Amino acid sequence: MSAVIENHHDDHHHGPDKGIMRWVLTTNHKDIGSLYLWFSFAMFLVGGCMALVIRAELFQPGLQLVAPEFFNQMTTMHGLIMVFGAVMPAFVGLANWLVPMMIGAPDMALPRMNNYSFWILPFAFGLLISTLFMEGGAPNFGWTFYAPLSTEYAPPSVTFFIFAVHLMGVSSIMGSINVIVTILNMRAPGMRLMDMPLFVWTWLITAYLLIAVMPVLAGVVTMMLMDIHFGTAFFSAAGGGDPVLFQHVFWFFGHPEVYIMILPAFGVVSAIIPTFARKKLFGYDSMVYATASIAFLSFIVWAHHMFTVGMPIAGELYFMYATMLIAVPTGVKVFNWVATMWKGSMTFETPMLFAIAFVILFTIGGFSGLMLSIVPADFQYHDTYFVVAHFHYVLVPGSIFSIMAAAYYWLPKWTGNMYDETLGKTHFWLSFVGVNVTFFPQHFIGLAGMPRRYPDYALQFADWNMVSSVGAYIFGFSQLLFLFIVIKTIRGGKKATDEVWDGAEGLEWTVPSPAPYHTFSTPPELPARAH
Amino acid sequence: MSVNTTTKFATAKLFGIAVAMFAFGFALVPLYEIYCDVTGANGKTGDQYEAPANLAIDESREVTVQFLANNNANMPWQFRPSVRSMKVVPGKMYETTFFAGNITSESMVAQAVPSVAPFHAAEYFHKTECFCFEQQELAGGDQLDMPLRFIVDPEMPESVKTLTLSYTLFDVTEAVRAGAAAE
Repeated sequence: MSAVIENHHDDHHHGPDKGIMRWVLTTNHKDIGSLYLWFSFAMFLVGGCMALVIRAELFQPGLQLVAPEFFNQMTTMHGLIMVFGAVMPAFVGLANWLVPMMIGAPDMALPRMNNYSFWILPFAFGLLISTLFMEGGAPNFGWTFYAPLSTEYAPPSVTFFIFAVHLMGVSSIMGSINVIVTILNMRAPGMRLMDMPLFVWTWLITAYLLIAVMPVLAGVVTMMLMDIHFGTAFFSAAGGGDPVLFQHVFWFFGHPEVYIMILPAFGVVSAIIPTFARKKLFGYDSMVYATASIAFLSFIVWAHHMFTVGMPIAGELYFMYATMLIAVPTGVKVFNWVATMWKGSMTFETPMLFAIAFVILFTIGGFSGLMLSIVPADFQYHDTYFVVAHFHYVLVPGSIFSIMAAAYYWLPKWTGNMYDETLGKTHFWLSFVGVNVTFFPQHFIGLAGMPRRYPDYALQFADWNMVSSVGAYIFGFSQLLFLFIVIKTIRGGKKATDEVWDGAEGLEWTVPSPAPYHTFSTPPELPARAH
Repeated sequence: MSVNTTTKFATAKLFGIAVAMFAFGFALVPLYEIYCDVTGANGKTGDQYEAPANLAIDESREVTVQFLANNNANMPWQFRPSVRSMKVVPGKMYETTFFAGNITSESMVAQAVPSVAPFHAAEYFHKTECFCFEQQELAGGDQLDMPLRFIVDPEMPESVKTLTLSYTLFDVTEAVRAGAAAE
C-alpha cells in the first residue's frame, strides 16, 4: 500500500465518452433510446416530404407535377418509411429510455444486442431510400406490396426492398426479445407484474406481438424473393400458386402490426392523463386485460383487409364479427381515460393537450374502423380514401400524437430542461388543426368514391382534395417547429426538478433531471403499493 | 458483466418462438392449400378424375354449365370455348373443346388454370380429361382444338342450377425455357 494519496477523480468519470464512437459503440439504454428517437424523427421528416409530394400532386385534378410512376413510388415509400422508420423506432426509443427506469433496472437485459438492434436500422433505411436512385425506381407497389404486382411486375429494386425488410425485421425481433427479458427478469424487488406502469405493460404485450408476427413478414418476403429469383410459384397462378395466399400471409402479419403501432401509444396516454388530472388511472386491472384482449384478438381478424377478395360468406361473417369485437376492449380503455379525468384537478400543458387530442381523434379513427368492419359497407369503402382517412386518423392523431406527447412529457427528465410551453402549445394547435383539415375531408371523398393510390381523380373530388392538401402543408411545416423546440430544450431552458410534473408517479421521477447516465445501479426501495 | 442464466434461457426461448413463427409462415402455404381443397373455397377444381364404374345418373335434374376463356396479362393467343354453355345431367360424361391459336411467329408454351363458380360447386365438378392438366406448346401460327371431358357429381346440392367453368391462359414460355436450361 503506497503512501501516495491517489487522485481518484479520473476513475470516477462515469460520464459517457466524447466523440462519435460513443454513439457507435454505446450499450447504454438512454443513449440507444436517443439514437432511436432521432432516427425516427429524421425518417418522419423524410416520409413527411413524400407525403407533401403526394398532396402537392393531388392539390388539383390533372397530372401536373410528377409522373404517375413516380407518384406510386412516393405512396409506397411514404407508407414504408412511416410505418417501419418513424412510428416503430420511435416507440422502441421510448421503450429503451423509459422501461428500465420505470421498473428500477440499471439497463436493458442485453445491452450489446440493443446496440445491434439500433444500428441495423440506418443501414436498412439507407438501402431502402437508395432504391429511389436505382434504375427502374423505388418500390412502387404500395406499402402492402401484394404479389404478383410486387413479384412479376416489380422494378429491379424490389430485391433491395426485400433485403431492407429482412434487416428491419431482425432489428425489431432482437429489440422485442430485449424488452421482454428486461421486463420479466429485471424488475425491482417487490414489483409484481400488476404493479408495473401501464407503459411497461403495453410494451411487454407489444413485444410478444412483434416476436410472433415479424418472422411471418420475413417468411412472406422470402417467398417473394423465391418467386422472383428462384422460379417458385408461391403467388403465381400460372405455376399453381395463388395471389390470394399472399394477402392472407401478409395480413396475418399486417393486422397485429397495426396494433404494434398503437399499443405503446395507449401506454403513453395512460401515463400522461393521470398526471395532469392529478388522479390515479381509472381501472388499472381492466386496462391491462383490455390491452391483452386487443393483442389476442389482433391475431384472428386479418381478413378484414381482404373482404373483397372472394371469400365464402361464412368467412366474411366470422371476420366481421371478430373485428367488431375489438371495439369492446378498446372502448374500455377510452372510457377509463375519460373516467380518469372525471372530477380530476386538470391542467392543460402540452403533453396533456396531445393526450386528450389522442383520446378524441383516435376514437374517431376507431369509429371509421368499425364502419369498415361491416362487410357489405366495406364493399363500397374498400380501396377508397375512406380507408386512407381511417388509418391516418389512428396513426397520426393516434400514434404520432402519443409520441409527441411522450416527447414533451419526458424531455425535461431526459434533458434537465423544461421545453418552452408557449411554443409547445403553438406546435400542438398547428398540428391539431393541420391533421384534421388534412384527413377529415378524406372521409368525404372516400365515401363519394375516390379510389386510393391514384395520382389523379375525377373533378367532383377536387374541392376536398384541395382542402386536404392545404391541411397537409400546415401539419408538415409545423413539425419543423417541433424540431426547433426539441433542439432548444436540449440546449437549455428553465431547469427541471426531479419530479417535473405535479402529480407524476413512477420511478423515473425519483431520479434527477437530467437522468444520470446510469440509474438504479442498485435496485430502488419501492413506494407503498399503489393498486 | 456476464449474462445470467435466466436471461440466457429466456432469450433462447424467445428466439425459438421467432424461429417457430418463421416456420409457421411457410407452413401457411400447404395449410392454405389443404383448407382450399377441403372447402373448395377458391374455386380450384381437382386433378384428373377416375369415374367409379357405376356412378349414378340423375336424370331428374338438369344443370347448365357455362364456359369462359380469358387470357392473362399480355398473353397474345386466341383462346375461346367452342360452345358457350351446355345443359348437362349429373353423373353423365360430356365432352367439349376449347380453341387456342398462337398468333405470333414464335413457338410458345401456355398453361390454362381453371376456376369454378359458385365456389361450393367446385368440388362437384370432375374433369376426366382436360387440356389444363398439361402445358400446351404451339409453334408460331399454329392452332389447336383442346379437349375437355367432365362429369358433374350427382351429389352436388340441388341449389346449384348453373355452374361456370372459367379458364385463364398464362404464358409460361420463359419459365419452361429457364427450367429446361437449368437441366
